[in-house]
Amino acid sequence: MAREQDTQGMDYLVSLPRRVVTVYLPVLVFLVVLLFPFYWMVVTSFKPNEELISREANPFWIVAPTLAHFKRLLFQTEYPQWMWNTMLVAVVATFLSLAASVLAAYAIERLRFRGARETGLAIFLAYLVPPSILFIPLAAMVFRLGLFDTKFALILTYPTFLVPFATWLLMGYFRSIPYELEECALIDGASRWQILTKIILPLAVPGLISAGIFAFTLSWNEFIYALTFIQSSEQKTVPVGVVTELVEGDVYHWGALMAGALLGSVPVAIVYSFFVEYYVAGMTGAVKE
Amino acid sequence: MASVTLKDVRKAFGSTPVVHGVSVEILDGEFAVLVGPSGCGKSTLLRMIAGLEEITGGAIEIGGRVVNDVLPKERDIAMVFQNYALYPHMTVADNMGFSLKLAKRPRQEIEDRVREAAKILGLTEYLERYPRQLSGGQRQRVAMGRAIVRNPQVFLFDEPLSNLDAKLRVQMRTEIKELHQRLKTTSIYVTHDQIEAMTMADKIVVMNAGRVEQIGAPLELYDDPANLFVAGFIGSPAMNFLPGRVVANGAGLAVELGGGVRVAAPRVQAPLAPGREVTVGVRPEHFAVSAQGVPAEVIVVEPTGADTQIFCNLAGVEVSAVVRERHAFRPGEAIRLAPQLAYLFDPGNGARIR
Repeated sequence: MAREQDTQGMDYLVSLPRRVVTVYLPVLVFLVVLLFPFYWMVVTSFKPNEELISREANPFWIVAPTLAHFKRLLFQTEYPQWMWNTMLVAVVATFLSLAASVLAAYAIERLRFRGARETGLAIFLAYLVPPSILFIPLAAMVFRLGLFDTKFALILTYPTFLVPFATWLLMGYFRSIPYELEECALIDGASRWQILTKIILPLAVPGLISAGIFAFTLSWNEFIYALTFIQSSEQKTVPVGVVTELVEGDVYHWGALMAGALLGSVPVAIVYSFFVEYYVAGMTGAVKE
Repeated sequence: MASVTLKDVRKAFGSTPVVHGVSVEILDGEFAVLVGPSGCGKSTLLRMIAGLEEITGGAIEIGGRVVNDVLPKERDIAMVFQNYALYPHMTVADNMGFSLKLAKRPRQEIEDRVREAAKILGLTEYLERYPRQLSGGQRQRVAMGRAIVRNPQVFLFDEPLSNLDAKLRVQMRTEIKELHQRLKTTSIYVTHDQIEAMTMADKIVVMNAGRVEQIGAPLELYDDPANLFVAGFIGSPAMNFLPGRVVANGAGLAVELGGGVRVAAPRVQAPLAPGREVTVGVRPEHFAVSAQGVPAEVIVVEPTGADTQIFCNLAGVEVSAVVRERHAFRPGEAIRLAPQLAYLFDPGNGARIR
């Protein structure tokens, strides 16, 4: 009897049928829901046009896979250029935003200046203004500054939503770093700048990485600003380029569209897979001594 | 090395005063302990000496120099924090050498000084480890090593032992005291544990509610407490307090404790008029079981081996007595306790009647 009680807890997972019902089945359902769009994208990008349009063919399978869509995408459109633009814009915007956010978050969280709380709140409110409204005044500014149809238009406007987001994420992370460490460093003779670079930032690496990944993903997928501030094909980013150049009137080049989406999601997937552990640690916070 | 002088130091957080004018003189090479219940302002005072809190009023001098507006790093102090505050991303050696590195000392000198400190503290084999790989006691030593390496004028300790288990605490207590005897650096140590204060200090500063209650050597405070607070705070088990009234007793005076129990009034300089209300303080170890004593009823007997602690009801008050002899009293048994040494206090303001 006693033994039975001791081995309670996660015991219900032990027998196989139970495990199937309680663990594997829900996970499977979840995976199908999440991965089906991805599967659809992959299948479509390798399907020849005849199969895509055919009413008889099995929509979930390919009989004669082809690379024709990829060929079209890579050699008949400016896709490689879009890819490069997106990469450049996302990386530069992310780094600019992180640099600004680190300073903002540290100042708000640790310098305790008058009005720090209000500043933090104001930054958060800025995040709540939707880009679909903000793009109108921003467009006017972009025109005045002569940045229309340049990558700078995107590099400088993306931080408007990246900085508030990253600042809030980093504020939470900085808060989890014990205050005594800074006081100790202060007595050890460190300046504020040295405390930030030698104590806080090394400890905040998981937070920086998760903020960085988030900022990168948001910039990579951004659509409205890229659509409005960019006109010429060679300056476009992947999300805009694919939609504007591969849809001709009412003709959707589904195969090439999906191939573009597939290739476009690869860099993000790679970034995530490298840093997934840091990412989780960053979201859950806490520095362990 | 240096003396530390506090002159009427005050601190207020906003409009809430927390330290009300503290004046203390800590001599060069002295080990001073600030002790008091939590919230008495002792940690705030230490942080003001360190320069981590601004000073609202008064002056703090280190080595004769007023440091009110001097940055922490220029005060030539080292501080050991309650939770050690080790940098988690640095090895033990880097933790200990961090201040020297910031001071741009040559690499060889840093290495030598870190090794020297590690040797003193028995940390030589842990120099390449990270704080998370160390036990509580080892982390505590690293925190002290970090202070030693700097060779500062003053060591500040903020409840450094309160995160350790009881056995380790006793061991580290001895180690810190040994270290001080060896280095002879002026030290200021904050604790809420009066045993730590008694065992380690050259000078104890007893604080309560932002004020200094008494300053003195450990045994001075024990033998000659200035008021009820110090009398009750210093000493373990704590002093017994019995309310009473002065009455004439033949030619001399006695204190009636209630229920008609009388004890002879201790000899004091101040005039005692019959009818005056007083508080009689008797340390547990100053009670003797004796036929000449006053009647008491046993509640609980706790033998510890070395001595026996007897809780009993004396004139309606529960008191404890610690005696060397072994007694096997039963609960409810009537015994007689004779106070060998008693103190008188004014029940109004708590001041000692001498």
